[in-house]
Amino acid sequence: MEFFTDLFRPEMGFLRCALLVGFLAAPVAGVIGTLVVTRRIASLAGASSHAALGGVGLALFLQRVVHLEWFSPLLGAFLGALLAAMAVGIITIRVRERADTIIGVVWALGMSIGLLFLNYTPGYVDWQGYLFGNILLLSPADLGWTAVLGIVVLIAVLLFYPQLLALSFDNTFAELRGVRTRVIYLALLVFTALTIVLLIHVAGIMLAIALLTLPAAAAGCYTRHLWSMMVISTLLNWLFITVGIIASYVLRLPSGPAIVVFAGIVYVLSLGFCRIRKIKA
Amino acid sequence: MSGDPIIELKQVDFHYAQEPTLEGVDLTVYRGQSGCIVGPNGGGKSTLLKILLGLLEPTRGEVRIFGTSPEDARSRVGYMPQYHLLDPAFPATVLEVVLSGRMHSFFIGRYSRKDRAIAMDALEELGITSLAGRSFSRLSGGQRQRVLIARAIAGEPELLLLDEPTANIDPGAGERFYAALEELRHRMTVLTVSHDLGFVSRGSDLVICVNRQVTIHQAEHFTQQTANAVYHHEVELIKHDHSCFCHCGGDHAAGRR
Repeated sequence: MEFFTDLFRPEMGFLRCALLVGFLAAPVAGVIGTLVVTRRIASLAGASSHAALGGVGLALFLQRVVHLEWFSPLLGAFLGALLAAMAVGIITIRVRERADTIIGVVWALGMSIGLLFLNYTPGYVDWQGYLFGNILLLSPADLGWTAVLGIVVLIAVLLFYPQLLALSFDNTFAELRGVRTRVIYLALLVFTALTIVLLIHVAGIMLAIALLTLPAAAAGCYTRHLWSMMVISTLLNWLFITVGIIASYVLRLPSGPAIVVFAGIVYVLSLGFCRIRKIKA
Repeated sequence: MSGDPIIELKQVDFHYAQEPTLEGVDLTVYRGQSGCIVGPNGGGKSTLLKILLGLLEPTRGEVRIFGTSPEDARSRVGYMPQYHLLDPAFPATVLEVVLSGRMHSFFIGRYSRKDRAIAMDALEELGITSLAGRSFSRLSGGQRQRVLIARAIAGEPELLLLDEPTANIDPGAGERFYAALEELRHRMTVLTVSHDLGFVSRGSDLVICVNRQVTIHQAEHFTQQTANAVYHHEVELIKHDHSCFCHCGGDHAAGRR
């Protein structure tokens, strides 16, 4: 009850903001997460997510040392995630066999660069907030960005749904039918990077990937259609983010782990449900 | 030879790294002919198929499909991959899979009524209309093969390329598959990559033997000795009045005719 009483207190704007960002980010994460899971690029998205720390570290370093105030950590996170996704995406298109190695290198390198920059950044830096999520870091500007990205993603998916389904199911066949598979694949990586950045404040760099994949993977246990997997994944994201934020506020926990542990429990239960249904069938 | 040449390969070489996979390949397939591409593992069958589809660029030589480059000819070519290479848990219905055969370069938005009608016709032709709403992941291997053929013919191709269509399916499903294929051969050129030498006696005009180099045989002249020479070891090619069995290096395939 304490949470709901506090939610409407004027000084608790950050809490309302966190719930709203979660509410708006859920459809984006649900839709993109479904494509990430069905396209089997979760590890690529993980590398992109962790490389975001490189961008955050660089941004904070430049802000404090060179006074480059406009270079916000969020912008840095986006650039880091985008650069990593594009690098891995383009290299794996050309040399598919090396994908695992490249993903591992980008994953480790991105994080290490970020930690080195943070080490040389003067003053206090809440690096744990970036790694594990801190709803206090959310601002009304994040609301606007989340809403804009949500609209762009939903329009793009509506327009290109048949292509996305075709290439996720059988990339070679889609390419033979004239679908610009590489362009759509790289666009998907850009949207994935953007979604990860949106989720960073809610779940943190380390756990954003879990919020992108766990609801979609759990949704896959309940449906056999791509579109309904996106819808169920969105609903689960709403549930996980809301419950996680409430738990993090009431129990004084970092929001990321609270959300992801809850999502993980639901995922494991869903797998059990899947297994039982398969045995019965 | 009757009809226009549909496939023309002239002195085609393909090298993976420094290793030659195909050398000096000359191949012409005319409209109305159907062929079976056979050969040992690593002999270059899949490479040849990928060259025909424009997925691989030959190191040397010229490839023309319908008198143009393989990339430009793609809208006239249907392709069926091996079903077991696809994600078995992918969330899509049979109709959604078949509709993707109607995809084209300028496609945007939703499939039209015409696309849906053609996709349903393709399902009907393969005798699987009742599966339209079923999840692809819940089908048997034989049913999946037929769905993938329906997807390939939904694009209304003039040339159909099939990659190992009877691999990993039971003999009964293989038989239904042969029956469906025989119907298709009446109205399009069908090339099949297969280990199953049963194809040789199932309506193929040509046997295209690939083992780095390509030799072409008329199906009726493809003998036990020819098969042994292609595979570089003894294979069984037993032809009865009603059935054809082949056994090659551990791969065993059986089919009725």
